[in-house]
Amino acid sequence: MAEKIATREVFGKTIAALSEEYPELIVLDADLAGATKSAEFQKVCPERFIDAGIAEANMVGISAGLAACGKKPYCCSFAMFTAGRAYEQVRNSVAYPRLNVKVIGSHGGLSVGEDGATHQCIEDLSLMRTIPGMMVLNPCDGPEMRAAVKALVEYDGPAYMRLGRSAVESVTGYEEGAYAFELGKGVTLRDGSDVTIIATGMMVQMALKAAEMLEEKGISVRVLDIHTIKPLDEDLVLKAAKETGAIVTTEEHNIIGGLGSAVSEVLSENYPVPMVRHGVQDEFGRSGSAAKVLEAYGLTSEKIAECAEKVLEKKNVLKG
Amino acid sequence: MDQKELKELAVTAAKARLLAVEAVHRCASGHPGGSLSALDVLTVLYFHTMNIDPTNPTDPDRDRFVMSKGHCTPALYPTLALRGYFPVEDLKLFRSIDGHMSGHPDMVHVKGVDMSTGSLGQGISAAVGMAIAGKMDEKAYRVYAVLGDGEIEEGQVWEAAMAAAKYKLDNLCAVVDVNGLQIDGRTADVMPSEPLDAKFAAFNWNVIHVDGHDYAALAAAFEVAKTVKGKPTVILAKTIKGKGVSFMEDNAGWHGKAPNDEQMAQAREELEAKIKELEAM
Repeated sequence: MAEKIATREVFGKTIAALSEEYPELIVLDADLAGATKSAEFQKVCPERFIDAGIAEANMVGISAGLAACGKKPYCCSFAMFTAGRAYEQVRNSVAYPRLNVKVIGSHGGLSVGEDGATHQCIEDLSLMRTIPGMMVLNPCDGPEMRAAVKALVEYDGPAYMRLGRSAVESVTGYEEGAYAFELGKGVTLRDGSDVTIIATGMMVQMALKAAEMLEEKGISVRVLDIHTIKPLDEDLVLKAAKETGAIVTTEEHNIIGGLGSAVSEVLSENYPVPMVRHGVQDEFGRSGSAAKVLEAYGLTSEKIAECAEKVLEKKNVLKG
Repeated sequence: MDQKELKELAVTAAKARLLAVEAVHRCASGHPGGSLSALDVLTVLYFHTMNIDPTNPTDPDRDRFVMSKGHCTPALYPTLALRGYFPVEDLKLFRSIDGHMSGHPDMVHVKGVDMSTGSLGQGISAAVGMAIAGKMDEKAYRVYAVLGDGEIEEGQVWEAAMAAAKYKLDNLCAVVDVNGLQIDGRTADVMPSEPLDAKFAAFNWNVIHVDGHDYAALAAAFEVAKTVKGKPTVILAKTIKGKGVSFMEDNAGWHGKAPNDEQMAQAREELEAKIKELEAM
């Protein structure tokens, strides 16, 4: 069984490991350092760690001021509070002046579990994506997160990155050299010709399982891992549309505004093919264990496979 | 401060006031009231107190200025122009599609602007970040931020106030332009915020009261702030909204309204008379 680790754990360890190499790096948190794992940085570099207290708006504003003085601030909290509560500070104090602030949203999606709907942010990718010039990342496993953190620290500009709470299986093979990580470039994790599942975050693991299920039924499935939602790898998406003729998007996010929307925007303008958006169907989450909540909202491999069969029916109708 | 410098500051502020009202009149939009109330504070900062060099606007060692009440570009832009950051001519493009003299401060396009602001309550947080950066790098620069007394109704201001005290930011000096008015009327009616001194003191700030139109008193207050160690300073500057244009003074209606041609003519007459009177002194 492959390694299982939460992307937030990897974020914390990686950013801490970069503290010496990047003296301009500053990490901020809003009283959730233990949860977001920014505390890992605090342990090794307390003089460049700022606990802003339970005041996310101010934390984002402080980050903007730090960046205006040449620092590389990472401001961390739950996705609900950085992308949600402090949305307007991110827009006006960070993105509009194009400041080099990295906004971190941990505990994204329904897999927050027991805390329930108030803490299960299913809108962060959408909110951040709609801000001009904002890069949006959602790496799917530990190795990919490690690569993303390293790439992001070298990127000069505003960006948002989602971290997950739950431990997830390492599936990308990044550390075994399966691909070179590049911001804005999607990854083909599995090739196939009948249908493409375009996934982001922890849905990548489920998409791969769904592909195996479908394979048993004789359906050839391509799986794309989209770690960068914006800028979206349009070439990879269009290639999949042209070569497989049917697309399923899957995300631990509202189906409005996130990956599904981004992919459908590209397809509808350039190469429309049958498509199904899998994700949270425009409703709030609720309390329960992460696994139970995901199941209750249909965020399972089985449901992704059903969506793939549904989109194949549409494709076949078109073919006549 | 000698009489000569006092006179120069007064002349500069009067010229900036005329440029401010002209800019708002030209584009028929903008915020004259709060700009006129804050202009003496800005004049003292840019022409007396701050360590800045308009020919090197990104010097890492320069003092920083954040216009947290960002709608007061009619105060900031003329001040920057008169200080030499860009030609006074550029003010003709204020709020115009043909240039980048945006309605609210834009650090990307306007030389001399240290922080983009406009959404109230956010500038002071950025100023806190700048002051923390200065402490981390052991730099001697100071950070100045001007807030409105309406703006401080934003909760973020008090988040920033707590953080500034936590990090003992004695390199940060905030000024509240206490003109007593906001868009909907008197601050005392819209959302009573007094006692401001006790509030800031309770947030562990050093508090100084000053007449916001008294150049010598303002300059002295900024000097006192430099000597206070271990805590940030707030200067509560008592001002008159619309200061310098008789019909705009202490009238909430002039918060975000442009004068018509007739009103502009009257404002010009008053301000030009003031400049002449000061220059003759």
